[in-house]
Amino acid sequence: MDQFTLNLIVVGLSFALYIGIAIWARAGSTSEFYAANRGVHPVLNGMATAADWMSAASFISMAGIIAFVGYDNSTYLMGWTGGYVLLALLLAPYLRKFGRFTVPDFIGDRFYSQTARIVAVIALLVISITYVIGQMAGAGVAFSRFLEVSSSTGLWIASAVVFCYAVLGGMKGITYTQVAQYCVLIIAYTIPAIFISLQLTGTFLPQIGLFSADNSGTPLLAHLDGLLTDLGFRAYTEHHSNTLDMVLFTLALMIGTAGLPHVIIRFFTVPKVSDARASAGWALVFIALLYTVAPAVGAMARYNITTQMWPEGVTGEAVSLETIQTDEQYNWMLNWQTTGLLGWEDKNGDGRIQYYNDASADMQAIAAERGWNGNELTNFNRDILVLANPEIAGLPGWVIALIAAGGLAAALSTAAGLLLAISSAVSHDLIKSVLNPGISEKGEMLAARISMAVAILIATLLGLNPPGFAAQVVAIAFGLAAASLFPTIMMGIFSKTMNSTGAVAGMLVGLIVEMVYIFTYVGWFFIPGTNMLPNTADNWLFGIQPASFGVVAAILNFIVAYVVLAMTKPAPAEIQDLVESIRVPRGAGVAQSH
Amino acid sequence: MSDKSASAYWAANIRLITICLVIWAVASFGLGILLRPLLSGIPVGGTDLGFWFAQQGSILTFLVLIFFYAARMNKIDREFGVDEQ
Repeated sequence: MDQFTLNLIVVGLSFALYIGIAIWARAGSTSEFYAANRGVHPVLNGMATAADWMSAASFISMAGIIAFVGYDNSTYLMGWTGGYVLLALLLAPYLRKFGRFTVPDFIGDRFYSQTARIVAVIALLVISITYVIGQMAGAGVAFSRFLEVSSSTGLWIASAVVFCYAVLGGMKGITYTQVAQYCVLIIAYTIPAIFISLQLTGTFLPQIGLFSADNSGTPLLAHLDGLLTDLGFRAYTEHHSNTLDMVLFTLALMIGTAGLPHVIIRFFTVPKVSDARASAGWALVFIALLYTVAPAVGAMARYNITTQMWPEGVTGEAVSLETIQTDEQYNWMLNWQTTGLLGWEDKNGDGRIQYYNDASADMQAIAAERGWNGNELTNFNRDILVLANPEIAGLPGWVIALIAAGGLAAALSTAAGLLLAISSAVSHDLIKSVLNPGISEKGEMLAARISMAVAILIATLLGLNPPGFAAQVVAIAFGLAAASLFPTIMMGIFSKTMNSTGAVAGMLVGLIVEMVYIFTYVGWFFIPGTNMLPNTADNWLFGIQPASFGVVAAILNFIVAYVVLAMTKPAPAEIQDLVESIRVPRGAGVAQSH
Repeated sequence: MSDKSASAYWAANIRLITICLVIWAVASFGLGILLRPLLSGIPVGGTDLGFWFAQQGSILTFLVLIFFYAARMNKIDREFGVDEQ
């Protein structure tokens, strides 16, 4: 059986499983629809939250982003896990006690203001759509490989599947489907990693293998450092980037996590306040399973790619074009070449592909001596690394098919969760609560579907030319969440007197400052070519990249809110009593709509 | 619940949150990034302890922290009689 058929069977089976579960556990009422996880064991709830949370960015993109940079991109690992600490300590238990369904609901009620609700809806839409662009970019890569089409065709197929999935099955937001998706994605991620760890280091656990000796007896990371520096690249384990930016980027991802509407939503509906605290922990258990494996996947893939390009070692001859065409071990290069996401060019016409850093001065001297004419592995999209990894390591066909299914599970479960957040923000928080309270149930559903379709269309068009690799785009969404929603929710709980004027002013300043900073470097509304400054470290303010700037904008959000509060009347007594009551667990009822 | 015990309960909570957040920051921003040069003398599998904290240790610390906070808060809830019955 060829790989294509095998891919179709495995991906088809995984989809059949999700649809089967969705039909079996169909939600009957609105309250079930929102609170489907009530009565579900906290461990299963944690798995579902993990599936909701881990998207194409975590699964498809992150290890590749780490692999090509090394230590400096550990920021993604710390940032996307550390936010759960903030959720458990600062937000989840209080939002659960408050007992509403959506983030704009909380902000609108706590700040007793329709304006605050509308600003929260706008922030939510900007965050979620940016996030979906990243998902679409990642899902497009997965579809292009497994259906063997170009990356833009893959993206259009992905958007059609996401639309059907979100409107039909995913809309129900059923916890058990997400549990199944978690199982598929974690198995798909860890099995290849275990195989590769055994191949390279003889160690079963990739988390240990990363720090073990390879077959030559040298520690894997030391060996990798040596290979890379010999080719003019930066050492994998060393720190090269701007330290301030590294700290701010990590912090932006952390507080962004705690401000993400589709993550926060899950904690509104756990049975008890004490469960809200622990459920953040259970979610992190299942997230950590992937996040502690990811750095091993990245380092080992970089190691495998480098040694394959230099089969005789970096002082010997590079891999020949003939070997790439004929040797089975190099099939992955031919497979990925068809997607247009991997490319090479024999610039010096020697029949070999030299992979090295041609920007390094030392390497230019060596290149002149050895007759090289620039790096010949000309295109390597970071987002293909995880999906290509089993092929690079020569693993069996079913493992390769499994990783395609896992990548799609990750992208679909998160995209569906985000689209649900988008559609409920438009239909419930905006139309029903503000614009047209008398809207019929049917009209509300129609508005929900239309807003989903529009969101997917925008995300797909922008995903054709994404402003970065999937994980980088998603990081920008976190910068926006950090700047707008997190500070406001936090002040809503930790300040009894914060009033509506202060909250609205803070949110607007945070959101607008971060948006303008992002658009200056990646283009207005993410449209390629409309950026006013090139998106490079030299142009950034104090070397702070757009996503990291979310922290600066968040600080501005806090400052503006408190300055305005000092000039206006504090929140009325009944609101202060409300804040008092959400601080104690006793008396928590079930979550309710208006 | 009286105002006095309400503010004592909240103060106990804030104290616990502060302790946890200090550990949270030290494990990630501290040991993983800013203090890494100080840890460079402690080798871990071909690199140093700071690298391990940035890619493994911080995540494990976060896990322990959340469950620690949840357990301690449950205890504080019961002490102040504000736990859910």
